[in-house]
Amino acid sequence: MSHDHAHHDHQHHGSDLSPVEARVRALESLLTEKGYIDPAALDALVELYETKVGPHAGARVVARAWVDPGFRARLLSDATPAIAELGIGGRGGEHMVVVENTSETHNLVVCTLCSCYPWPVLGLPPVWYKAPPYRARAVIDPRGVLAEFGVRLPDTTRIVVWDSTAETRYMVLPMRPAGTEGLSEEDLAALVTRDAMIGTGLPGSVPASPLDSPLEMPA
Amino acid sequence: MNGAQDLGGAHGFGPVVPERDEPVFHAAWERRVFAMALAMGYTGAWNLDGSRAARESLPPAQYLASSYYEIWLAALEKQVADSGLATPGEMAAGRASAPAKPVARVLSADGLEARFRTGFPSSREPESPARFAVGDAVIARNMHPTGHTRLPRYVRGRRGRIERIDGVFVYPDTSAHGAGENPTWLYTVGFTARELWGESGDPGGLVTVAAFEPYLEPA
Repeated sequence: MSHDHAHHDHQHHGSDLSPVEARVRALESLLTEKGYIDPAALDALVELYETKVGPHAGARVVARAWVDPGFRARLLSDATPAIAELGIGGRGGEHMVVVENTSETHNLVVCTLCSCYPWPVLGLPPVWYKAPPYRARAVIDPRGVLAEFGVRLPDTTRIVVWDSTAETRYMVLPMRPAGTEGLSEEDLAALVTRDAMIGTGLPGSVPASPLDSPLEMPA
Repeated sequence: MNGAQDLGGAHGFGPVVPERDEPVFHAAWERRVFAMALAMGYTGAWNLDGSRAARESLPPAQYLASSYYEIWLAALEKQVADSGLATPGEMAAGRASAPAKPVARVLSADGLEARFRTGFPSSREPESPARFAVGDAVIARNMHPTGHTRLPRYVRGRRGRIERIDGVFVYPDTSAHGAGENPTWLYTVGFTARELWGESGDPGGLVTVAAFEPYLEPA
C-alpha cells in the first residue's frame, strides 16, 4: 500500500507531483476536457463518501434492531427495506442481507474476489478488508483472522463466513452486550463498531489492540 | 478468469494489519481515482462488471504489487482506452488530440447525493422459475472461463447446499463483456469448511458464496 503523504494537494503544479499524482491529474484533465466528467461531481462524490456515508449509519440500524423486536424481524427477513425505514440506502447496498450473531453462531463477512462491502451502512471499506491477507484467509482460517482482531470465540461457536461474490451485501447484527439494558438507542449505537458489523469485532468490547474504537455519532 | 484477484484460501500473505484511526483516503489522488471511476461508470461506457473484469485482468504480478487505488487507476486507464474514449497518448499528455466520443450521460453534482443514496439495483424480474430449491444439494461446477466470473476457485467442484434463493440478477459473466444482462437466478450456497479445506477446515464451520444458477449443477 503506498501512502503518499507528500505533495498530496492536487492543486500543486506539475513539477511537485509524484508519478501517480501526475498520471491522475492528467487523466482528470483529459476526461474533463472531453466532457465525460464534471470535476464538481467528483468533489461531490468525495464529500459524500468521505464525510457523510459511514459506519455510524450501520450502528443506527443495529441499535434499532436491539431495541425494537419488530424492526429486528423485518431486518433479518428483508434487510433492504428495513434499513430504508431509517433513511439509509444506496449504491453498494441495493441488495442487503443482515446476518445475526447468536451464542451459537458468529458471522464474518469478506469479499475474496474484490472489495464488495455494504457502503450505505459501513462507508467505504478499510484497506485491510481490500488487501490480500484478509481476502485470502477469512475463508480458510476465520478463527485465526478473528484472533488477530482480538476476538476469541469458544470452540463450540460455529463460524459462518459470507463471501460477497455477487451484488448481495452483508452486514452482521452483533449480539447486544450484557449490562446495556438501561441504555438509550443513541447510547447503544455508540457501542457498535465498524468491525462488529463486519464480524471482525464485538460491540462495546475492548480489543487486544485498540484498533477499533467505538464510533462517534455525527453532530 | 483464474487471475490474481481470486484469493480465497491462498497462503503466504501474512497477518491482517488493521490501521488505527484509518482515514477514508490516504492521499488526494486516491479521492480523484475513486470519484473518476464512479463518474466514468455513470457515463454508461461500461458497467460495474466490466470494471471488475478490467481490474482482475491486470497481470497478476502487477495486481499483487499495486495498492487498491493503483489497481483502480490502471483499470480505468485501460477501460478508457479499450472503449475508445481516449488514447493512451492523450492520457499521457493530459490533453485531447481527437474529438470526444458521445457518452450516454454525464454525472452532475446536482442531485448526485440523492442518486447515490437511491442506488443502482441489479435485480431483475424473473422470466422463468428457479431451478433449485432451498435445501437442495448442489455441486459448484468445475469451470474455468477465461473471461469474468464470480465463482471463486476454492468452491469449484465442491458440494454445497442451497441456503437461500436471492432472486434474479444481472449475470456478471456476460454483462462484463458487453454480452447483455442475461438476468439469472442467484442463490446463497453453503459449503462446510471440511468440504472446502479437508482436515484443516474449522469443524462445524460454514462458508457461503452467492452463486448464479449456471455455476451450479445438482449433486
